[in-house]
Amino acid sequence: MPAKQQKRTRIVYIIMAQQEITKKSEWPLWEVFIRSKAGLDHKHAGSLHAADAQMAIENARDVYTRRMEGVSIWVVESKNIHASDPSEANSLYDPANDKIYRHPTFYNLPDEVKYM
Amino acid sequence: MSNSKYLLDYTLRLADDALILGQRLGEWCGHGPILEHDIALTNTALDHMGRTRSLYQYAAEQFNNMPAEDKTGVFTSIALQNLINTSASLDEDNLAYLRDGWDFKNVLLLEQPNNDWAYTIARSFFYDAFNYFFFAALEKSADESLAAIAEKSLKEATYHLRWSSEWVVRLGDGTEESHTRMQSAVNELWMYTGELFIENETDNALAQQGIGVDLASIKPMWMERITSVFEEANINTPQNSWMQKGGREGRHSEHLGYILTDLQFLQRTYPGMQW
Repeated sequence: MPAKQQKRTRIVYIIMAQQEITKKSEWPLWEVFIRSKAGLDHKHAGSLHAADAQMAIENARDVYTRRMEGVSIWVVESKNIHASDPSEANSLYDPANDKIYRHPTFYNLPDEVKYM
Repeated sequence: MSNSKYLLDYTLRLADDALILGQRLGEWCGHGPILEHDIALTNTALDHMGRTRSLYQYAAEQFNNMPAEDKTGVFTSIALQNLINTSASLDEDNLAYLRDGWDFKNVLLLEQPNNDWAYTIARSFFYDAFNYFFFAALEKSADESLAAIAEKSLKEATYHLRWSSEWVVRLGDGTEESHTRMQSAVNELWMYTGELFIENETDNALAQQGIGVDLASIKPMWMERITSVFEEANINTPQNSWMQKGGREGRHSEHLGYILTDLQFLQRTYPGMQW
């Protein structure tokens, strides 16, 4: 089997397996964001299954904060997260590579400005 | 009974309640209906175990400080008697591992088997609701150690009650099957709830001194919470008033023996074993 076709077959199997798992558990997947005591922003901690938002927060409390990791929890159903397409990485990110003038390194800062 | 014996009796029964429920919930470890709730239940089990330790430590301290003549007859288990006869002081592990069933003072409700998820939830819900009001009252105890343990436990009990209440509603107001299971678990466990509020000599003596909780005062609050959650869950509150009892006096159902066999086997067979 050519390499490309082999890869495609494998991907199909992975998707089938994922669908099987989703069907079995029936509870949707949620992404969990935790703000730590010292942190200012919520950071992605992982994902879990729950029947609704309230259960997702409680599950997150038990799964992700039992070692005192956090003081605030956000959850969002994974299906509501839209991601950029990895195959478009070239056109999306590469053009920024040669635009070093977008970094503010070409300005002389006055000495009075301390925190930049 | 002397005053020190009342306090020991009271401390031990709270510890035994926590140990037996902690052990029961721990049985779900690796068997939860879904990974997330496997973790949630074991977290809760560990909350109960943490309280168990604090209370047994306090009970052991009380026992060790008792005058020798008061110590006789407190425990009837041979293994513990033998240890006391060597005039060794007791510790938390001795109290958990070397007492026989008739020295345990937990309520019968908590030794009832897990059966299914609904049964487990119903048992926890009845007890969590009790704990919530009980520890809110015990926080004001004249006994500083009990008050400190109550303060920590109240935070845990608040979450436990929220968690088990939600599950009662989910199952009761869920599918036909989940409703049926929830209702029958409630019906079967109902007769074990009366024991939570029985006031014996120990309760009366300690309530008078402001150390123990006046159980009659928290019963209506417990009842109100139970019925309001049941209403939301479409669960009928059982009307039968005949109640089981005996646990506080050391008269248990057969289930306790099996729990203790699991729990105590290692220390009974290999005394002092550590790993």
